[in-house]
Amino acid sequence: MTVKYTEDHEWVLIEGENATVGITDYAQNALGDIVFVELPEAGREVEQGEDCAVVESVKAASEVYAPITGEIIEGNEALEDDPALVNSSPEGDGWFFKMTVGDAAQLDDLMDEAAYQAFCDGLD
Amino acid sequence: MSEDLKTTPLHALHLELGGKMVPFAGYDMPVQYKQGIMKEHTHTREACGLFDVSHMGQALLKGADVQAAIESLTPSDIKGLPQNGIRYSLLMNEQGGIRDDFMVTNRGDHLYLVVNAACKEADFDYIARSLPDYELELLNDRALLALQGPMAPVVLNRFAPGIDQLIFMNMGEYDIAGIPCLVSRSGYTGEDGYEISVPADKAEDLARKLLGEDEVEAIGLGARDSLRLEVGLCLYGADIDETTSPIEASLNWAVGKRRREEGGFPGHGVVMTHLNEGIARKRVGIKPLGRAPARAHTEIADQDGNIIGEITSGGFGPTFQGPVAMGYVKHEFSKIGTSVNLIVRGKAMPAEIAKLPFVPQRYYKG
Repeated sequence: MTVKYTEDHEWVLIEGENATVGITDYAQNALGDIVFVELPEAGREVEQGEDCAVVESVKAASEVYAPITGEIIEGNEALEDDPALVNSSPEGDGWFFKMTVGDAAQLDDLMDEAAYQAFCDGLD
Repeated sequence: MSEDLKTTPLHALHLELGGKMVPFAGYDMPVQYKQGIMKEHTHTREACGLFDVSHMGQALLKGADVQAAIESLTPSDIKGLPQNGIRYSLLMNEQGGIRDDFMVTNRGDHLYLVVNAACKEADFDYIARSLPDYELELLNDRALLALQGPMAPVVLNRFAPGIDQLIFMNMGEYDIAGIPCLVSRSGYTGEDGYEISVPADKAEDLARKLLGEDEVEAIGLGARDSLRLEVGLCLYGADIDETTSPIEASLNWAVGKRRREEGGFPGHGVVMTHLNEGIARKRVGIKPLGRAPARAHTEIADQDGNIIGEITSGGFGPTFQGPVAMGYVKHEFSKIGTSVNLIVRGKAMPAEIAKLPFVPQRYYKG
């Protein structure tokens, strides 16, 4: 099991052919209280960098981008009733969607935990 | 922080309290503190919140018969305002649009004015230019704090006994913890509460004393916006502007009865036409029927897909526990309960025209 990170503050948990995607603790903290999440439909093909979900805080809406190319397997239905899971457990129960890994080479360009930590430290 | 941003006398306190600072109307202001907007909003409705609104413009307007003079700029009845009474008023343009909304207090031989931060230079310039025989004294050496929520009178009474008897939309001079203040029973949250004009060099001292009370938490601009939206109060620049008449904006109550007949304010002709012949569009409450908030500039469509209006303020209402919005629709769609669609990210989301406010206003009327 490997976790990778994007510059858009998403995490990608890779388990073989599939990946689980969510937003990082840094991202949920920056967004504030999450009140709504719009998730992609299962079966949708997404390209790396494509808008595929929306996360709304009290204040504003933000896009979530596909961290890699692949096909959406499922969205996290628990977020429909309890979007605040993204705040309370961003890298656990507050995951956004699962997808296939369409192009494993793209994973090499994502950051590991240490690199992402350094990236966030550079933003503050 | 960008170097050209201004700060209020409470800036250091905001940083100390962990405020998340953002640029707002040229000031470096806290959008929220550590608790976050949701908790800050709820705390204000249930207990008491302290807001720094020192970025707003405060001024005194002085001169003979100043009540009559300001009526040449606003459709409000100011001459009929009792001593220390406060009125929500509008500065108008010749086209019947709104230059700004502001608060006017009748202090007898002068008026106390509070205008929006983003408009204050333009407003004060306009008032001074329009009323050259009157003295406009800018109160740049005063801060403005708002203490809002059901516990506000209980808290403030500990520092200024008797202040709980002040009536909504009235002002008085009080020593709060020994600091001489000008206090209004008013606010922008729909809750009972006060707005306190305090000398800038005493503002931090007063804020710390109020925050030292168990019921009081510091509240940022984020919750200020969600609180005012839930109770249907307009945000200048979003819900009203130079292109919206008071009648289109459903602010008919801000146009005094006597003033309708007498006129004598900019845009009177347009206002009377809108009153007598009707309006093409109207500001209404809009309730999205799903969970997704609809933000400002979201298009509103009828059942056939024709665009009939636009959201001007929208978000999530923490007390209402769902999305809330307001905006303008064509007059024929303005009846409460009318079904409309909101075009959010290219999809039509069902919504209905709703009664404002979404959450009841709770004021102390004696």
